[in-house]
Amino acid sequence: MMMSVFGVLFDGFAYGMLLFLLSVGLSVTLGMMNFVNLAHCSFAMIGGYVTVTLMSQAGWPFFATLPLAFLVAALVSIVLERLLYRRLYRATELDQSLLTIGIVFVSIAAAAYIYGTVQQPVQLPSYLRGSFHVMGLTLGVYRLFLIGISLMITLILIGALEYTRFGAQVRAAVDNQRMARGLGINVDRAFAISFALGSGLAGLGGALAVEIVGLDPAFALTYLVYVLIVVSVGGLGSIAGSFAAATLLGISDMAGKYYFPELGAFLIYLVMVGLLMWRPAGLFGRR
Amino acid sequence: MTAASATPTAPHVYLEAQTRWRVFEIVFWLATLVPLVVFPSYLVLASQIAITALFALSLDLILGYAGIVSLGHAAFFGFGAYTAGLIAKAGWGEPLSGLVIAAIASGLLGYLASFIISRFRHLALIMITLGLGLLLAEAANSASWLTGGADGLQGIKMWRLLGYFTFDLYGYAAYTYSLVTLFLVFLVARRLIQSPFGLSLRGIRENAVRMPAIGAPSRAHIRKIYTISAAMAGIAGALLAQTTETVSLEALGFPRSADVLVILILGGAGHLYGGLIGAIIYMIARDQLSGLNPQYWYFWIGLLLIAVVTFLPNGILGGLAQLASRWRGAS
Repeated sequence: MMMSVFGVLFDGFAYGMLLFLLSVGLSVTLGMMNFVNLAHCSFAMIGGYVTVTLMSQAGWPFFATLPLAFLVAALVSIVLERLLYRRLYRATELDQSLLTIGIVFVSIAAAAYIYGTVQQPVQLPSYLRGSFHVMGLTLGVYRLFLIGISLMITLILIGALEYTRFGAQVRAAVDNQRMARGLGINVDRAFAISFALGSGLAGLGGALAVEIVGLDPAFALTYLVYVLIVVSVGGLGSIAGSFAAATLLGISDMAGKYYFPELGAFLIYLVMVGLLMWRPAGLFGRR
Repeated sequence: MTAASATPTAPHVYLEAQTRWRVFEIVFWLATLVPLVVFPSYLVLASQIAITALFALSLDLILGYAGIVSLGHAAFFGFGAYTAGLIAKAGWGEPLSGLVIAAIASGLLGYLASFIISRFRHLALIMITLGLGLLLAEAANSASWLTGGADGLQGIKMWRLLGYFTFDLYGYAAYTYSLVTLFLVFLVARRLIQSPFGLSLRGIRENAVRMPAIGAPSRAHIRKIYTISAAMAGIAGALLAQTTETVSLEALGFPRSADVLVILILGGAGHLYGGLIGAIIYMIARDQLSGLNPQYWYFWIGLLLIAVVTFLPNGILGGLAQLASRWRGAS
């Protein structure tokens, strides 16, 4: 029994790290511009399809596709930001959600048109397959790799936000956008860059997620709910909050599936509604 | 913007002017009778449109007028559908009383939820409505002994409407029943919106903090309209269950909540006819386009949403109203 508890904790933590990668970009951009970008998971889906296509069509190794998943997702997000998002920065949350839901629908249909609705396979290199056995525990190599890469990215993100000039500008814009503008910070530029970076991270997360959760056109909608839960529970613009919320969500989702399979996703939604009613601004939110 | 601000009139004169029936409205309701004569083969679709229009109208009351964004409104639609379906399955197949019971049940659920809803705004509100909707959908999925789970609720047998009309494949009874219900509920909604209560709802939409300062309790008003809207959505759901004699989980899933939002926005939120016009266009377009390739239907819906938000921020009716006022200004 003890073993399985640790097993669930480990798998849940790895899953939570995946959710963190997928959602951290949305948290920062939502916190800065209050732009409700429901199409965030579409960028993640783009990353997933880039990796799958490069590996199966061009025969690239898994690792080489990851930077491209990041780049393509970031590039697409820049184009969309310039064309569509920019017009709606001062619009209502409803208009923003509708525009981005429209993008989600289009991306799902486009993916179904190009790739079909079947699950896309991914062939991991042999050194990422298999598992370790430590003290009776079974630890998947890929999950360990996932945890490692996510922790690394978290450290880089926190470091960049805390210790660079750009990070200070982003933090200032999240805290008080008008004051930051008044001090001469180019908030639009800071937003565009962090939007591209966040979408790129989602693309990377999408590429890494294929092995764990699979990839089909519904990805953009299925994981949107999870990402929104992480962001709203964690609090807008808070990396630590997203990290805590993603970990909590990943572990409780795994535990729910393991111990109460008949309840399905009921537990997750209950946790989300309860947490939001307790703290509407999120666990670490300040507003 | 409104007539009140352009020409200062006494409040009761303004309210009375609003209640007058316009030519457009009379033409619209007469036109709803056309399918009975001209397109008898499309009556099943027509009754679906009437049901969807009723559902969109219920969302319009809270979203268009009170400014409460809901991503989980299908919860009340589905609750009404399951209530009506379960009553009929238990042996009481009388449609009208089933409709009333479903409305009361959904209204009660809405009343309970309204205590949560009225406390939140902005992103937290969107997320909580989404979460509550998903919770109910998961609960219905788990309780398959009651709801039939993924297979849907089977074995509903409706009695004859008023003891005379049967719900058959041709859909005469179904369309007439749905249309009359839609019209009656519409009258209630119209009266509600043009009352002082309706005006204070619009005040809440524009500024929820300032309304209590002039003596209108925002939260109490939101609780009231949310309960009414939930009951209306329940009626729409019950209509669907009774006319099709089946209920599936899809009745309270997230896609239905998203669909009705799209319909309302397309038609124009905050105009009573927005949901109705939106439902007609959306359902007919889906009927025509999904015949070509059902898989890519959402591509066009997505494109439509992007276009409406970018070019027609107030929906079709909002755009028409703008055009009309510009034309009047020019002549």
